[in-house]
Amino acid sequence: MKKIRMQIDEKEVVAEEGMTVLEAALQAGISIPTLCYHEKLEPFGGCRLCMVEVESGGRTRLVVSCVYLAEEGLVVRTRSEKIDKIRKVILELLLAHAPDSPKLQEYAAEYGADKNRFEKEASFCVHCGLCVRYCAEVKQKHAVGFIDRGIRKEICFIPEIAAKECPGCKECFELCPTSYLQAAYVLVESLASR
Amino acid sequence: MKLNTPQDLEKLRQDILSKRDPDRPCISICVGTGCLAFGAREVIEAIRAEIKTQGLDAEIDTKGTGCPGFCERGPVMVIYPQEICYLQVKPEDAPEIVSAIKAGKVVERLLYVDPATKEKATRESDIPFYQNQERRVICNNIRIDSKSIDDYLAIGGYSALAKVLSGMTPEAVLEEIKKSNLRGRGGAGFPAGRKWEGSRNAPGDTKYVLVNADEGDPGAFMDRALLEGNPHAVLEGLIIGGYTVGAREGYIYVRQEYPLAVENVNLAITRAEEYGLLGENILGSGFDFKVIVHRGAGAFVCGESTALMTALEGRVGEPRPKYIRSNVKGLWQKPSVLNNVETWANVPLIINRGADWFTQIGTKGSKGTKIFSLVGKIKNTGLVEVPMGMTLRDIIYKIGGGIPGGKKFKAVQTGGPSGGCIPESLLDLQVGFDELTDAGSMMGSGGMIVMDEDTCMVDVARYFIEFLTDESCGKCVPCREGLRQMHKILTRITEGKGREGDIETLEELSEVAVEASLCALGKSAPNPFLSTLRYFRDEYEAHIQDKRCPARSCQALTSYYIDPEKCQACLICMKKCASKAIDGGKNKIHVIDQEKCTQCGVCLDVCPSRFGAVVKISGEPVPPPIPEEQRTIVRKKKEK
Amino acid sequence: MQADRIEKIIDRHQGEASSLIQILLDIQGEDNWLSREALERVGERLGVSLARIQHIATFYKAFSLVPKGRHQINVCMGTACHVRGSPRVLSTVQDLTGIRPGETDLDMKFSLETVNCLGCCALGPVVEIDGKTHGNVSAANTADVLKGYE
Repeated sequence: MKKIRMQIDEKEVVAEEGMTVLEAALQAGISIPTLCYHEKLEPFGGCRLCMVEVESGGRTRLVVSCVYLAEEGLVVRTRSEKIDKIRKVILELLLAHAPDSPKLQEYAAEYGADKNRFEKEASFCVHCGLCVRYCAEVKQKHAVGFIDRGIRKEICFIPEIAAKECPGCKECFELCPTSYLQAAYVLVESLASR
Repeated sequence: MKLNTPQDLEKLRQDILSKRDPDRPCISICVGTGCLAFGAREVIEAIRAEIKTQGLDAEIDTKGTGCPGFCERGPVMVIYPQEICYLQVKPEDAPEIVSAIKAGKVVERLLYVDPATKEKATRESDIPFYQNQERRVICNNIRIDSKSIDDYLAIGGYSALAKVLSGMTPEAVLEEIKKSNLRGRGGAGFPAGRKWEGSRNAPGDTKYVLVNADEGDPGAFMDRALLEGNPHAVLEGLIIGGYTVGAREGYIYVRQEYPLAVENVNLAITRAEEYGLLGENILGSGFDFKVIVHRGAGAFVCGESTALMTALEGRVGEPRPKYIRSNVKGLWQKPSVLNNVETWANVPLIINRGADWFTQIGTKGSKGTKIFSLVGKIKNTGLVEVPMGMTLRDIIYKIGGGIPGGKKFKAVQTGGPSGGCIPESLLDLQVGFDELTDAGSMMGSGGMIVMDEDTCMVDVARYFIEFLTDESCGKCVPCREGLRQMHKILTRITEGKGREGDIETLEELSEVAVEASLCALGKSAPNPFLSTLRYFRDEYEAHIQDKRCPARSCQALTSYYIDPEKCQACLICMKKCASKAIDGGKNKIHVIDQEKCTQCGVCLDVCPSRFGAVVKISGEPVPPPIPEEQRTIVRKKKEK
Repeated sequence: MQADRIEKIIDRHQGEASSLIQILLDIQGEDNWLSREALERVGERLGVSLARIQHIATFYKAFSLVPKGRHQINVCMGTACHVRGSPRVLSTVQDLTGIRPGETDLDMKFSLETVNCLGCCALGPVVEIDGKTHGNVSAANTADVLKGYE
């Protein structure tokens, strides 16, 4: 496997070809906040928390580190005033949905995010997609999926498949950062038992 | 019958032309979607019936054609060869029109009349609306039957393809396109030549060329007119593009909301296949190419290039990160060139007339022409094709005829939901990609929405953000959640519930959406807000601080009031008021009960203009009703 | 929709997974909605999960998962129509029909939707009913436009 030499936060990092910047950073012990990333799943690029600044070929830009591939000679900065502001606002937007999420609260403390900045939203799903993707990619049962788009997007169980597959599985439950998934499952279970 | 060589094509063309008498009268009627809604189908049937009745079948031809752009005055009719142009034609006009052709006369009352000079214009080219345009691409729409390939051949169609396939190498074609500096007409204005080159040089044998006919920007319908009216021009450009890039398959992604465009482009493909202009070994060149039409299913985000490709793959239209450009890894991860309908339609022109001809007009960075859909508060609504570099003032006033109803111009919105508003102070701006971007807007696909003094700019921002909260794919936080909160705040402001700090919050959310969104939809979503804030900050401040809507448009901040000095107690508004909120009677001055009024605006619409008694009030208290005894109107008795 | 009609539509597109959206458009075009049975059959034939089909059927506005009324009213809310007063037209239509966008009335007479630009901006505000375009609609004449639909 070809080796790639890059710099993350002024630290020399060696990655393998095909790794993303996030994977290279994690391997080197450098932490970058994530919500929708999971090592067993294809990168999603939805939460945007892992955005970092990269410099290559004289050009500097913000990219999503869970998707952007490691390059030879890449210079990466995981913190900056701009990056921190973006993370703070993203957290504030998500805390409007799930103020009690332990993971969001932990990041909120680090980035100074105010969980009361925005009015509370009814749905506490943060659309990390971990449940949908895990069921599709790892379990390959497709018991839960997304519906609709924009601000009306939600997750939704397919009742017949969930009734058959979920009681004996529930592996996605521990992935959910907000426990919205468990709530949605309980609802679909109770509707099915009627 | 299959054409096996370029010479076969020329022979067929000459054959078609020889059978046509250029002096024979031909009545062309626009049957694009707009004119059809005005009754063009009934007109064309009446004309055909009249020709039959007068026994002139062998002497006069009729054609249902594509959109010539003067949509405000539809149905539009042009009679060849004299190019006599009749506007707002009705079926009842048929006998007079046909008789006039026979007598060599003109039906004066159907001609265009200049509102200022009162002069009549007989020919299409005499009408100021058309005179001031540079109609390189859209000019052919009214000349051809959109369903006929022979008509397209008769005006020189597919000669560019023949030229390319009879001796130009793909590199030579690429050089010409690069030299022309043709920039994408769909929104971003990316140089087409560079995009094609990237795909041509990308590794791999399978490549694609794609037509973006999603045209999601509300208010824009240029691509509809081109695809309905002259689908072969787009096909010809696409085949040339495929040859240049090395693609054997092309896709046309058309929105399903354009059923006529879907029908006409599918028909055009069938006709082209019959002649061997699509399929295997086109004109004997060894080049194989086929085109597939894919209908959109109602999603604005699918106009974004990566989302479009994802939709072509049969999935939801979620955009993908562009760290590797789609001309290298696009549809099915293969090199794919996606260009807009108008961009493709320009290609045959560039090949036939040359890049030097193409660059004769335009600004430094923007060459050629652009078709705009001029809509909103404008007298001459329609499609206009102008050289890059024409000023907004000329487009809106010289071609558009200015603002109707004696109202004052306020702003022109370009670029759709990704664009911005340009105020009066910048009316002398030259249209061009970079010029519009520098002013805080963008060229976009060509929608140009004119707004007047009655348009609330805060509401405009709210409207576009609302549109995007529905159309966003919902995958990334800065767009989905950022727009959700921006919409809430802007709605509150238009309802008179704006707070200190709202503008700063909107600005911060805008910044994050611009920097961190997954795709161009999210990144450009704040533009309408940012540009209206830049040029109309006073309106935002009036809404938030004074609870006043300067345009008197926001329903929650506007009251309707009948001026007792002007009211003539005609009873019209009383009868039309759906909320029964108006009190009054014959000779009794009408008064609106503010508690019952729903601010629907019907009273203002129906009050006769000679009275003009209904006014809108915002930011001030409504005057109390005048005392009962003063409400009786005493009419002066006529002198005997 | 009968099973054999669904099979024919899928066969027309050679049962290709990438034609999923085109197939659903054809079924929607004939029946005016997508039944659960139709979605399941398409998923089976194309080897696509029901979760994915469900997302597609709800993501794209051309599809309806519930049966529609006899007459489809589309009110254009595009920018040009908006500037000419379409929000007032929409609220008048809502008052007259008793339904909001996305809904069908109890008699199954009208279904109401908003659309984002029909491309007839010269006639704005525009209301399309059963494919017929009505132009220059205002709050004052909406009732006349809706008359005559049984």
